[in-house]
Amino acid sequence: MAYQNIFTQVQLRGELEAGVPLGPHNDERFGPFGTSWLMGKLGGAQLGPVYLGKLGIASLLSGFIAIEIMGLNMAASVNWDPVQFVRQFFWLALEPPAAKYGFTVGVPLNDGGWWIAAGFFLTASILLWWARTYVRAKELGMGTHVAWAFGSAIWLYLVLGFIRPMMMGSWAEAVPFGIFPHLDWTAAFSIRYGNLFYNPFHALSIAFLYGSTLLFAMHGATILAVGRYGGEREIEQITDRGTASERAALFWRWTMGWNATMESIHRWAWWFAVLTTLTGGIGILLTGTVVDNWFLWAVDHGFAREYPATGVVDPATLPGAPQ
Amino acid sequence: MKTLNKLVAIALPALLLAGCELGSKEQEQVGFRGTAMVQISDPDSKAKVGDIPAPPYELTAEMIAGDRASTAYENVPVLGNVSVDEFNYLMQAMTTWIAPDGSNVKDAGCTYCHNPENMASDEKYTKVVARKMLLMTQNINANWKPHFAGQGADQENAGVTCWTCHRGNPVPVNNWSSAVPDPSTITGNKRGGNTPAQTVAYASLNSDPFTDYLADKETIRVGGKEFPTAASKAAIQSTEKTYGLMMHMSQGLGVNCTFCHNSNNFAKWEDSRPQRVNAWYGIRMVRDTNNNYISALGDVWPANGKGAYGNRRGPHGDPLKVNCATCHQGVNKPLGGAKMLKDYPALKGAAPVAAPAPVVAAAPAPAETAAAAEAVKPAA
Repeated sequence: MAYQNIFTQVQLRGELEAGVPLGPHNDERFGPFGTSWLMGKLGGAQLGPVYLGKLGIASLLSGFIAIEIMGLNMAASVNWDPVQFVRQFFWLALEPPAAKYGFTVGVPLNDGGWWIAAGFFLTASILLWWARTYVRAKELGMGTHVAWAFGSAIWLYLVLGFIRPMMMGSWAEAVPFGIFPHLDWTAAFSIRYGNLFYNPFHALSIAFLYGSTLLFAMHGATILAVGRYGGEREIEQITDRGTASERAALFWRWTMGWNATMESIHRWAWWFAVLTTLTGGIGILLTGTVVDNWFLWAVDHGFAREYPATGVVDPATLPGAPQ
Repeated sequence: MKTLNKLVAIALPALLLAGCELGSKEQEQVGFRGTAMVQISDPDSKAKVGDIPAPPYELTAEMIAGDRASTAYENVPVLGNVSVDEFNYLMQAMTTWIAPDGSNVKDAGCTYCHNPENMASDEKYTKVVARKMLLMTQNINANWKPHFAGQGADQENAGVTCWTCHRGNPVPVNNWSSAVPDPSTITGNKRGGNTPAQTVAYASLNSDPFTDYLADKETIRVGGKEFPTAASKAAIQSTEKTYGLMMHMSQGLGVNCTFCHNSNNFAKWEDSRPQRVNAWYGIRMVRDTNNNYISALGDVWPANGKGAYGNRRGPHGDPLKVNCATCHQGVNKPLGGAKMLKDYPALKGAAPVAAPAPVVAAAPAPAETAAAAEAVKPAA
């Protein structure tokens, strides 16, 4: 059995495992290629087989086109100077069309059209990759949990780059491509809409995000801690608990009075991860479309406290003020 | 292997902390507790408050009361009404402030502006500029008091002199001019930003937030009401431009966002500090200065490469103008708030037309007063 994990110090070497035979209507697989000691330190030591297939090829091609459009636009912005491209890389951007174009397709390429093109191919790539995770899981007779979790992340991505701009009627609302530019966009977005921290869906998203890391740490630590009793074979222990599973459960009952099971902890983790981007996407979608200032909304709905005013008056409202 | 692990465990956090500023920080609570209304500064990296040159000599009341300059000199339309003694005193001070004798400025001293053969002549453009700058200084001191002497601050002698900006340089070190417009193609087109620019604290924000806000009067405000209205324009890109201007103000004054704003809702005036009102007047003062004094000089400014003393225009051909950093130079009160104007009464200008408008509600409710008292208490 080619079974290894990070806390198994022994790496097995033997005949490479090709996996279950493929059914009809499948493409060829590549590999298996061999084993790697270094990969074995991180996970399975065997590389391949890889199933690329038509969806995989189409996805990689679309992704490549998207990255090319972004990279070449950024390179053009520094007059094709490779040194400046590297030095300024974190600042460079491919920006969405200006507000004057609204949400139309006929935007000149050099004025934001390239952003739409890059977004189209990136979205195509991501959706094709999603289909791939779905089809491959089906092919292996698995559930499609991975695909739906990925789908939750895609929901947030689509809200940010397509659905919300469509509802606002302006591409300009979308996120630019670029390292610092997209971070500056995030800060500006929050300030423009009266502080996203007062958006309850943003708050839920953060709770699920931090909750995910907490659950991941708790679960990872528990399994590592009972690894000496074979605890990493947790899935088998769902039905045949054994001492590792008993100890792990007892540990949490001792420390917090209650324990998740070897099965339920994975549902906890899956839902927390999925809800992070699901609630986040809802929060973004409501911003600017339904609520224009989250702080004022939160105070109005008893969600945030109104602090004592400082007594400052907007000078523009005073008679005779300069404009 | 274990030694290596230990080494990594020690070296990695040390490397991650390498970007931090070591040493204790100064903190000052500036608003209600628990709202992050605090100014944090590193004493080592604070901008130095500039020195102030001593007046040329003591200006006595007798000297101020002497014969008017217009009786002794020709072509003195701005300062004709001050005494000959005060006129000479101010000329000497201006030389020290702008083109000091013995400096490496070309024609340093009186000849930077004057033809020594005929002091009354306007043949040097620098003299024409200096006259306009005197009017500008008087205008600032007389009409923009709400910027620097609002909220019950001592108005006596508050204001600026040439030194506030110039600091011994013919052109103040901190200035701006319009960015060259982006090309219509993608080659060399940075969309107005996406560049490590000092003007916006090296963010990727619009690197020229000045043209639209400090010369033109584009709306800086982007925050909206609770729910969208017809008036709320979707404007992430203009928010980024406003953000760029705010980065400049923060840098130029050496302060955090919370020096003016309550970060729970940047737009809301009722929760802001009174300093935001000063800034609001400051922005309008800078517009007045740029449009009605600096740009108003028009072709008095020589074309780049044509002037006797170097370039006075930016790459786009507009003159070098002022922003917040021109006076403030990293300090929230220029020159530490020193009342330099008291030694130069001629720069005070005419009294303002109308009294500055009140900016703080006169009689807050008792509950608010108690809260305000709590708010200003320093952290224990």
